Amino acid sequence: MSMALLYAGSGIILFSIGLHALLVRRHLLRKILAANIMGSGVFMVFIAMGARGDAGVADPVPQAMVLTGIVVSLCFTAVAIVLAVRINHLTGCTTLAIDEESAID
Amino acid sequence: MATLTMELTLIFDLILLFTLISMAWLLLASTDLFRAVVLFIAFGLLLSLAWVRLGAADVALAEAAIGAGITGALLLVGLGRLGSAERCRFTRVPLTFLQRLSAPLLIGIMIPSITLILVLELRLLADVAPGQQGLVNALLDISGSGHGVTAVLMNFRAWDTLLEKGVLLLALITIWSLDQARPLVHEDEISPQLTGLARLLLPIVIIVAGFVLWQGAHAPGGAFQAGALLSAGILLATLVGYTLPARRQRLSLRLLLTAGFWVFLLIAATTLLTSGYPLSYPQPLAGGLILLIELVATASIATILAAVVVGGHPPDNLSVPEDDSSASPKKRRK
Repeated sequence: MSMALLYAGSGIILFSIGLHALLVRRHLLRKILAANIMGSGVFMVFIAMGARGDAGVADPVPQAMVLTGIVVSLCFTAVAIVLAVRINHLTGCTTLAIDEESAID
Repeated sequence: MATLTMELTLIFDLILLFTLISMAWLLLASTDLFRAVVLFIAFGLLLSLAWVRLGAADVALAEAAIGAGITGALLLVGLGRLGSAERCRFTRVPLTFLQRLSAPLLIGIMIPSITLILVLELRLLADVAPGQQGLVNALLDISGSGHGVTAVLMNFRAWDTLLEKGVLLLALITIWSLDQARPLVHEDEISPQLTGLARLLLPIVIIVAGFVLWQGAHAPGGAFQAGALLSAGILLATLVGYTLPARRQRLSLRLLLTAGFWVFLLIAATTLLTSGYPLSYPQPLAGGLILLIELVATASIATILAAVVVGGHPPDNLSVPEDDSSASPKKRRK
């Protein structure tokens, strides 16, 4: 039980580090990295909850769902990178525009 | 003795988690993006160690192959196209004090609340029997697979897997509609060492992928892990200059990319018509059907992942009329 709690707590910390970076960092690729770290934190909480049993073998249902989640987060990363490259191609920026005048022309 | 081993594993867990958290912080705070991406790949590999510690070997395999490997390749390709510098055409307005405070404040309120809820939930869960492990094991005999996670992925929760194939395909369609594929390397940049290494590694990669796929029937492994391995092989072949012949880049490529999804959907439709429930396999056929789905899915996943890393639709698909490629004129006229 304590090990599961340890890992679940670390998952929450990873999630918050990622969320902080997602809000604060400017470069788009860094935001994508941050979202990936957030996802890893969520997976860790999920798997840790499935590993509460004493056998040391995790519950197969959360494992299967996290496997699906890993593939979906890969899809997210791929699409986000292509969108970032597209933004860079259209505006010459590698960050998101902040003010209203700076909408894509 | 038992307490000593327990303490040792506890120390190992603590070191592992501390390294993971500090790496995450370092890579997100690093000013050099290349360093950040390399740290991210190392983070993924360490994370798979954490999955092993939690007893989730399937997730560890997938994390190492997909999370660290393919995502790392994607990020490196993206970094090459974006560049590390923060470029913005517009003058940056300096943030006010409150704006600067908003992110820590949001996290400071949100994270403790989530933690509180989770701890309360976990305390309630302590009284409940741990998970559906027993249920899955009890039903393993009729699932057509000897391994719990594969049984859940391919039988009990096959819907998730079917839709996830759809997500993969959707991501690829989005990427293809946004960009045109550019070659990862130029013809004259290929080093003979890499070519030799590829010749040595490619057969091994294919054999290991086949083994991982086959092993998924009774042990950690399966279609995703095998597909990720195979796609690494395809990327390696691409890096040493191998390209798909132009006439194969049209229908054959698209058939290969979508085959996993179509076969899965076809089986879902057939089972819906015969038994009234989608993806409830007739029991004697379950093993064979799962193997069929996994075989086709592996090929599709491998090509989709490789296509995603290359990024963009095949170049000869562009509507440039004077293209010198030898593609069939029938397709071209459309």
